[in-house]
Amino acid sequence: MSFVVSASQTTKVPVATSPKRHFGDVAFKYTTTIFAGFVLLLVLLMGFEMYMQAKPTIEKFGWSFLTRTVWDPVQEEYGALPFVFGTLFSSLIALVIALPLSIGIAIFLSEMAPRWLEPPLSFLIELLAGIPSIVYGLWGIFVLVPWIRISLEPLLSRHLDFIPLFRGAPYGYGMLAAGLILSIMVLPIVTSISRDVLKAIPQTQREASLALGATKWESVKLILGDAKSGIFGAVLLGLGRAIGETMAVTMVIGNTPSISISLFDPGYTMASVLANEFTEATTAMYLSALIEIAFLLFGITIIINMLARLLVWSVTKK
Amino acid sequence: MERNKEMSIVNENIPYHFFRRKAINGAMLALCAVSALIAIGILSLIFFYTINRGASYLSLDFFLQMPKPVGETGGGMANAIVGTVILIGIGSAIGLPIGVMAGIYLAEHGNNKFAVLVRFMTDVLSGVPSIVAGVVAYSLVVIPTKHFSAFAGGVALAILMIPTVTRTTEEMVRLVPQSYREAGLALGIPQWKTTVQIVLRTAFRGIVTGILLAVARVAGETAPLLFTALGNRFWSTSLDQPIASLSVFVYDYAKSPFEDWNNQAWAAALVLIILISLLSLSVRIVTRNRFSSR
Repeated sequence: MSFVVSASQTTKVPVATSPKRHFGDVAFKYTTTIFAGFVLLLVLLMGFEMYMQAKPTIEKFGWSFLTRTVWDPVQEEYGALPFVFGTLFSSLIALVIALPLSIGIAIFLSEMAPRWLEPPLSFLIELLAGIPSIVYGLWGIFVLVPWIRISLEPLLSRHLDFIPLFRGAPYGYGMLAAGLILSIMVLPIVTSISRDVLKAIPQTQREASLALGATKWESVKLILGDAKSGIFGAVLLGLGRAIGETMAVTMVIGNTPSISISLFDPGYTMASVLANEFTEATTAMYLSALIEIAFLLFGITIIINMLARLLVWSVTKK
Repeated sequence: MERNKEMSIVNENIPYHFFRRKAINGAMLALCAVSALIAIGILSLIFFYTINRGASYLSLDFFLQMPKPVGETGGGMANAIVGTVILIGIGSAIGLPIGVMAGIYLAEHGNNKFAVLVRFMTDVLSGVPSIVAGVVAYSLVVIPTKHFSAFAGGVALAILMIPTVTRTTEEMVRLVPQSYREAGLALGIPQWKTTVQIVLRTAFRGIVTGILLAVARVAGETAPLLFTALGNRFWSTSLDQPIASLSVFVYDYAKSPFEDWNNQAWAAALVLIILISLLSLSVRIVTRNRFSSR
């Protein structure tokens, strides 16, 4: 349209239209910039908002909020240690189970699977990531927990009860259930990022090692060495996911604020105490303590995600 | 160095060494394949149970009836289905414009430090736990208005949708060949018009894909709704009132001691899984056509 106009007006065109065009471009650019800035602002706003709401308990307890073990809203005693412990312990169990599986699948997808098999298999793994947390929780309550109570825990305590991890009464609900369900939930993200990292390693590395007479597995080991930092990033991302996971864990962990080394004992996580007690928080202090837990959760996951992204970028964006 | 060590071993004991290497190779590769099988096995277990237990309680009543009071069997979740749709609608109305515009910025003007920072924070935001989004929405909306509302739930979902939409929009707009932009500019079309009428039109399907992905991500979210939209056993479409959602119903009914409610939880879970699978399948189909046409 503007082309036709400019053809009829020949020389005057640049003078007549360029300021207007300039304005449109600048306006468009700044509008989109504002929206992009809003995303940045949102992260800051989230942190600020939670900090302000959590101020009463931050000022009252300081760092001791993290080391106190008593959580008693009636006595206005708030200590987050049982929740921090539960979050870290259940996430650790999840990673110990999920990591070997995820790396195995990633190797299978990027190094072994025939070309026709890889896309549908990747899709299935992604589907696992798409199942809502609440459905995992439902499945956990009605399928996983009974199985753990009836089969897994008696079996473990019969053969391995010399390890303190496997002592106690088989309730079903507890750390073991939470760790198992979390491991299924972090598996997709660790797998897909490890696969991307492995695929980013140049093909020449594989060819070189194979040409020197290495077996397939020896070649894979070499590739894993190159991909180390990226895979570590994938593990951190999985950790971030496990730490923040709420519904499924809340439904199977037993929700008891105690600190125990046994996998059979019930526990509590930072996310589940929020899910369970937030609507019950009647006093200002109680609400402030809960929001401080959310603030901590936000801080931890932000730091973990930053580290993880930097590590993954260092491998895939060379 | 390692090579030399290996050579010497080879010379001493050739048959044993080869056998061992081949055995390790076979065993480890088999383990990799087995771990893929385990993942598929777990996936099918979850699908099997949800379909098996949910399908028999899924009837027309489930979609059309209201929840029955405690003790009465039957009833459905009509209000929760409408509630979920409304919540996704509010989330989209807030989250999509921000996400899409930010994505366009990153793709078209994103060659500076500010854009790198935004990109990085978007990735970081996508890792923030959904329950934290709920807490933020609570303190932004519920505390000032002093009551739970559908709007608060929508705000929480919007926070979760923004990162997904931003990054997929950026990726999809970037896929548009540079020559399209050059052609537009060469015709004397202003840059912003080129972006809106040529680049965005070309990337439209891709952007829709990103929107579907974001909807799939929040459709089953429960944690951020627990103390924002809260839940409601009655019919409500008001944005200012607590509203029911399928996912919160699954949570409440799964914990309840009534077997009839447990069964309805399975049915609701099945509806959620079907909805989300359809969304991700359509994303898959849209993107596949896109790439094969190139």
